[in-house]
Amino acid sequence: MSTTIITVDAKGQSCPGPLVTLAKAIKDAPDGATFELLATDPGSRSDVASWAELTGNVLESAETLPDGSFRYLIARAV
Amino acid sequence: MAITEDRVEETATLADLLQRVEALETQQAKQVKKKNKMTIIAWGGQLDRIWPTTILATTAAASGMEASVFFTFWGLFAIVKPGVRITGDNWMQKMMSVMNPGSAQKAKLSHYQFMGAGPAMFKKLADDQNVAKPDELIGLAKELGVKLIPCQMTMDLLGLKREDLLDGLEEPIGAATAIREMREAAIPLFI
Repeated sequence: MSTTIITVDAKGQSCPGPLVTLAKAIKDAPDGATFELLATDPGSRSDVASWAELTGNVLESAETLPDGSFRYLIARAV
Repeated sequence: MAITEDRVEETATLADLLQRVEALETQQAKQVKKKNKMTIIAWGGQLDRIWPTTILATTAAASGMEASVFFTFWGLFAIVKPGVRITGDNWMQKMMSVMNPGSAQKAKLSHYQFMGAGPAMFKKLADDQNVAKPDELIGLAKELGVKLIPCQMTMDLLGLKREDLLDGLEEPIGAATAIREMREAAIPLFI
């Protein structure tokens, strides 16, 4: 299975912006794709994990980048 | 002799068990099955109520939940078309519409209203922080499939017609249907 990584840039967006942007991107994407969500909203640190739990998508990693922004890797649940 | 007695007891136990299973089944059938759904009764028309209402509804929809918002009483003003000014058929309804301009953009704050300066400041802050405003969130909610439902009774009370309200809403409903929505929702809220 190929691992296509789709980048979703939600930098600058506040709650619930990053999740809504991500949800829209995931809806239109093919099965088995992995998503890279970029955000600056500090609330996303808890919200992305909660969203993954609610939707059944898998949060594979969450990291804080050197510039203080956040990067999440999410695998779409098939 | 002993064998017969045992048989009788066994039959009695089986019959008893069947009865208990049946009772449980009846009881279970009566139980309400909850859906992965959020239903909000949007009663308040203030900016500080409409804002969380629209944030929660859009987030629920974006999280794969079914979501519906029932706009009643003051809350109904939030889904009046922005351009619509004087509504109603008699002087009381018309006066109400003048005192409560419709649409989410016109919503007032419960605190810090300051003749409109409070909401203006909040919207300025929202723009600066890239926070979506209630009217934008209502549009987003529609896009995400949130059911926006007007209250028929409030519409009648205020003389509001279907064409006075935003496009893309569900058919107006009554209290019983609102209760049905709430009963099946795992998360029912009154805001």
